[in-house]
Amino acid sequence: MTEEDLAPPELKRNVLIAPIDWIYNLGRAASVWPMMFGLACCAFEMIPTLASRYDLARFGMEFMRASPRQAELMIVAGTITKKMAPQVVRLYDQMPEPKYVLAMGACAISGGPFKDGYNVVPGADRLIPVNVYVPGCPPRPESLLDGILKLHKQIRGEHIRTSPWYRKDVDREVPVPEYGPRGLVLPKEEKSE
Amino acid sequence: MTPKETFDRLAEKFPNFELAYLEGKDAAILVKGENLVELAQYLRDEEGYDYCSAITGVDYPDRFEVVYHLYSMKKEGGPVILKVHTAREDPEVPSIVSIWPGADWQEREVWDLMGIRFPGHPNLKRVLMWEGFEGHPLRKDFPGTEDEYAFS
Repeated sequence: MTEEDLAPPELKRNVLIAPIDWIYNLGRAASVWPMMFGLACCAFEMIPTLASRYDLARFGMEFMRASPRQAELMIVAGTITKKMAPQVVRLYDQMPEPKYVLAMGACAISGGPFKDGYNVVPGADRLIPVNVYVPGCPPRPESLLDGILKLHKQIRGEHIRTSPWYRKDVDREVPVPEYGPRGLVLPKEEKSE
Repeated sequence: MTPKETFDRLAEKFPNFELAYLEGKDAAILVKGENLVELAQYLRDEEGYDYCSAITGVDYPDRFEVVYHLYSMKKEGGPVILKVHTAREDPEVPSIVSIWPGADWQEREVWDLMGIRFPGHPNLKRVLMWEGFEGHPLRKDFPGTEDEYAFS
């Protein structure tokens, strides 16, 4: 049975029959809305990426959402200080699924030159799962665009059946670190009820 | 006005303060902690040094040191650099917030990162690290932090 047979004659020019994964991923990959969120100097390379010269809107991302509840891509643009770490994780937890994280620049990847300091988290992936790493210090807008296209490619390869965000048995919440006397600590596992 | 001239005038004005002149590219005046506030008052009111641009803590093997950079907006003069030595155990330098209010957060930062207390400061608490943090991270003997992360 071909596509021709499945569609009624009057719809043949208007209906496209395709795997659900393809449609689902096409729609999602073409409308990844990043969160308006910058931590350090990398943010100043992210901002022109959205402006007219580099024009992120070409890839369906013209909106920087000012609320984590409307965003699905977190561009960690800059150094994550330990004082900012709980807020970063809280923003990530507030984003609706499916959600993606792009670590932009040396500091977000590994802590960069501040790795051995007392005040910098050595990499965003210590706190939250990261999908794409964009190296550079800071990366140029072209690098960020390339990273975003890599993310689109990742999204197009996902399957709706195996996607973890529709499964009820997986707890995808990430623990929010707290300020301790000797550095960041994980919250104690004694939530009442 | 060269730093040497400033020093000579101050040494003449305050003979019992035991001021010392520290040679170098950034020539400085060494002040004793207990005389700092009076000298600062004089420099602001009589000499016109109305701007304290930086307060810095330095960790030496045998002492802590606090460095003050004073400029004059009126006379477009400066810097006059004052240095105060203090002991390694329980370091203390009197606060100069009463003279230059801009010193408020600068002194808090020195307290936060270097652990030098400023008696007389109106609100001496941490400004960069969080409340409840133990230790002063820019000291040479700071052991480093111990962090727990969800993913390692």
